[in-house]
Amino acid sequence: MSKRDKTIYWTGFAIIVGLLIIAPLVLPEFWKRFLTEILIWGLLAMSSDILIGYTGMVSFGHSAFFGLGMYGAAAAILLFAPPQMLLALVFGLIAAAAVSVFVAYFSTRLRDIYFAITTLIFSQIFYVIIFTWTEVTGGENGLTFKRPELGIPGLWSTPFTTETLHWFVLAIVTASYLILRRITQSPFGMVLQSIRENEPRTRAIGYPVERYKIMAVMLSGLFAGLAGVLYAIQNRFVAPDFVFFLVSGEVVIFNLIGGIGTLVGPIVGAASFLLLREVLSRVLTEHYLIPVGIIFVAMVIFLPQGLLGFMRRWLNR
Amino acid sequence: MTIPWDLIVIQTINGIVTGMILALVASGLTLIFGIMDVVNFAHGELFMLGAYLGVVVMATSGNFWLALVVSVLVVALLGAALQIVTLRPLLGRDPLMTILATFGISLVLQNYALWQFGPVARKIPEPFTGRFHLFYLEYPYYRLMIAALSGAIIGGFWLFLKYGKFGIWIRATTQDRLMAQAMGIPVPLVLTVSFAIGAGMAAASGVLFGPLVGVNHIMGLDWVLKAFIVVVVGGMGNLGGSVLAAIFISLLEAYASIWVSPAQAVIVSFIVLILTLLFRPTGLFVPTPK
Repeated sequence: MSKRDKTIYWTGFAIIVGLLIIAPLVLPEFWKRFLTEILIWGLLAMSSDILIGYTGMVSFGHSAFFGLGMYGAAAAILLFAPPQMLLALVFGLIAAAAVSVFVAYFSTRLRDIYFAITTLIFSQIFYVIIFTWTEVTGGENGLTFKRPELGIPGLWSTPFTTETLHWFVLAIVTASYLILRRITQSPFGMVLQSIRENEPRTRAIGYPVERYKIMAVMLSGLFAGLAGVLYAIQNRFVAPDFVFFLVSGEVVIFNLIGGIGTLVGPIVGAASFLLLREVLSRVLTEHYLIPVGIIFVAMVIFLPQGLLGFMRRWLNR
Repeated sequence: MTIPWDLIVIQTINGIVTGMILALVASGLTLIFGIMDVVNFAHGELFMLGAYLGVVVMATSGNFWLALVVSVLVVALLGAALQIVTLRPLLGRDPLMTILATFGISLVLQNYALWQFGPVARKIPEPFTGRFHLFYLEYPYYRLMIAALSGAIIGGFWLFLKYGKFGIWIRATTQDRLMAQAMGIPVPLVLTVSFAIGAGMAAASGVLFGPLVGVNHIMGLDWVLKAFIVVVVGGMGNLGGSVLAAIFISLLEAYASIWVSPAQAVIVSFIVLILTLLFRPTGLFVPTPK
């Protein structure tokens, strides 16, 4: 990246983050929450981009990581009184990490479509467990809880308002973006991209491809779990529906609409999908998924690079 | 703990019946995968639409066999149209793109069904209501007929693949698409027709399954997942393997649901899938590759 490109990139970055910081001060209440929700789904989609866009593995199981992050956070909030933000984060991340180790170990033995199907089946396993284990997970009804307070234990704490929650989520999503961007540009990220481009050759050069793939799935699962924790905190509610594989399908849709292999693309994809859904569901009530599906199929055929696909090279430099 | 023999006999019959329907669904899926590398996510939705068409034709004509034939033909035509519009442009692209495209199709079809038929489950009346005694149960003959009919359809399909001219074209295209084209086989037509056949088989199983439980717009999800498991366990693109795997998994689930709830019995088939992937990733019911 030349110096000029760098300036443009970071200026653009600063402007967008700046706008997102100001947004809750000017938007009406509904759209404030909507924006926070976009950021959370964007983080989930971004985590999945590590696999789809950078390693070339399409995961249909991200709902498991996301859902376990949610249930982990819920467990921490319900078990400890008063509920603590930090514990929710830790619990959610541990739950997501445990699941992703499990899924990664088995599913990375397979490639392409087989990987996609295996991850899908794994997410369904967790769905069935959560759905039927009513005593612990609340079964079909899920769990409701109070939102924990923002703060550092023992030092200071303050209840979340819509604005502070938005800023909190924004800070985490921005930090995650910067971390993931750094990772994809690191030697580790380069190996992942070389697996995407040519797996046998990467192996021939001497990289332990399986180990890298497991790491990639775990990394991706961890950030998906983080998104789950945030969503649990925003929603104050968890349900098995969030573990169902349709959520994973939506995540893949976000990626494809926004443009895979760009990290910001999935956020843009999530934003466009959720906006489209919001607008269409006001016109068509519950049948909004019909036009959404048609638009999605058309995009797969005519615009497989996604909305931000044209700036993919530039964003990755 | 005593072994409940009566339950085991009943569940064996139940398992074979659902296994045969599942085999019918999975054969279509494996045909479509084998010939064009398309993982058809919309397969469950074709199954569901078939069942709904069965409901509609049954309600107007009252004839189960007419419902079966009409539903198969209509869904086969729909399948052909879907293949031409959405999958033909994707030929030669990454197979993952076809997963995404068919996922989109399944969203559309599922929500179309919800829109047209509403969320309340419908039921197809049984074509004949004879029953026989089985321990303390009145077991309907219809269930046995489903299994036989599914077997007959799969058998007919196998004969068609083996001896029919078009069947030979399908097998040739599966083996080597380029060479088949060079020999003068109209490959695009073969692909479209194969997709239509697969869709028709899904619809047939939908109509056959309709009288057992209610028909609703999300029934496809369950079945497509099971069919995926069957296809992977049986070995992708392998017809015989899929049939065996379908019966095997359905039997296991049926036995498991003696002791746990049916919702949890599904986990058994998940575990079979994981074990298969770990120890025989090419599939349980295929000869060991040399």
